Amino acid sequence: MIKLLVDNWSAFISGFGWTVLSSLLALFFSLIIGSLFAILEVMPSKVARVIGNVYVEVFRNIPLLVITMFFYLVIPLYVVKINGFTAGTIGLTIYTSAFIAETVRSGINSVDDGQMEAARAQGMTFWQAMKNVVLPQAFKLVIPPLGNQFINLVKNSSVLAFVAGFDLMYQGNAIASTTFETVNTYVVVGLFYLVITLPISYYMQHLERKLA
Amino acid sequence: MSSMIEFRDVQKYYGKFHALKDINLKIDKGETVVLIGPSGSGKSTLARTVNGLETIQEGQLIVNGRDIADKSTDINRIRTDVGMVFQHFNLYANKDVLENVMLAPRIVLKLSEEENKKTAMALLDQVGLADKAHNMPSQISGGQAQRVAIARSLAMKPRCMLFDEPTSALDPEMIDDVLGVIKYVTSQSDMTSLIVTHEMGFAQEVANRVIFMADGQVLEDDETNKFFKHPSNERASQFLGKIIKH
Repeated sequence: MIKLLVDNWSAFISGFGWTVLSSLLALFFSLIIGSLFAILEVMPSKVARVIGNVYVEVFRNIPLLVITMFFYLVIPLYVVKINGFTAGTIGLTIYTSAFIAETVRSGINSVDDGQMEAARAQGMTFWQAMKNVVLPQAFKLVIPPLGNQFINLVKNSSVLAFVAGFDLMYQGNAIASTTFETVNTYVVVGLFYLVITLPISYYMQHLERKLA
Repeated sequence: MSSMIEFRDVQKYYGKFHALKDINLKIDKGETVVLIGPSGSGKSTLARTVNGLETIQEGQLIVNGRDIADKSTDINRIRTDVGMVFQHFNLYANKDVLENVMLAPRIVLKLSEEENKKTAMALLDQVGLADKAHNMPSQISGGQAQRVAIARSLAMKPRCMLFDEPTSALDPEMIDDVLGVIKYVTSQSDMTSLIVTHEMGFAQEVANRVIFMADGQVLEDDETNKFFKHPSNERASQFLGKIIKH
């Protein structure tokens, strides 16, 4: 196994790099997009709520692979040429953002209504009240489920392998099919994923304790 | 004297439920008006319409010269003039006591940090809680939290204050401190106050006028002494009889 790792070091590391990059991009954007749609879902305006709801229900109920294929095959055909990495990362972002929206929304709903009311009664706008009073409390409540979403996101980034995204899983498939050391290869791939997900898991626990 | 709050034929519905019926009221600048009545009578709902936390379906509601029900009225602008104190305090749980007082003046009034802090500390001092400035809301008692909430409202320099059952959620021994602060606030000559309360002794002491509500209607609106000595409405006198017995 050590030999396999040493012989294919650069391929593993490159795959690892693309997986980390894709995960970071998707994490960043899905957190922003997810939070925005969570807020839409609790806005006073009915139109906003419907838009938020439709987005969440559509994207969390379609398999990630289907969303990714859509961006990989359909978008280049009609809109703009994108490579597998970009298509995969966009798919991952949108899919994850639907789950993050649900997570953040449940956090917002757990914050006492009196908080929003007090802020509005002082003349703050809905957005000012959200930003300064409600969201900070909501995020604190949803740190554990958000951690789950982040970990799922990293694991789901293996979808890039299907669209030639050069990620860890893609490199693993390539190495396995040239060396025929199938078992060892996927053990190494699994270990690389752990290198990313375990620190996230640990960090979220730390954050939860620190803010509790 | 000119009026601060004026209800003209106001109707409020929750779906089919008629929560406020034909409300006609005038509260002048500087007046302290106490609103009493059995639970479910619409007192809190009425108070909450004044700063638009509840919308009205018919009629006009003029607050500080502007009609709340008018779509072109900037409700946030009106809310800076109308402070509100809630039954459950609703202090911002993610901010310490000082930040609770400073937050809205900072982002709504755009007060300078220095001036804001000076005013906030002075207000906390006034309600006797300057030493709690850096405590979180969860670390202070209910009575203290309510005094902070009053300081928070006053930091906006409101012309009018709404108190929605400010002592109903408090332990008995904490009520006096809070009532003391409210008494001080209402004694300011240019402050208009509308107080929903079950504290009859307190009402007698601070109110210029008492309004009695039941079933979403104003049944009596009288000068304080007259109301407590000779209520003209039968339901009001029944209500007083029940309350004062205890």
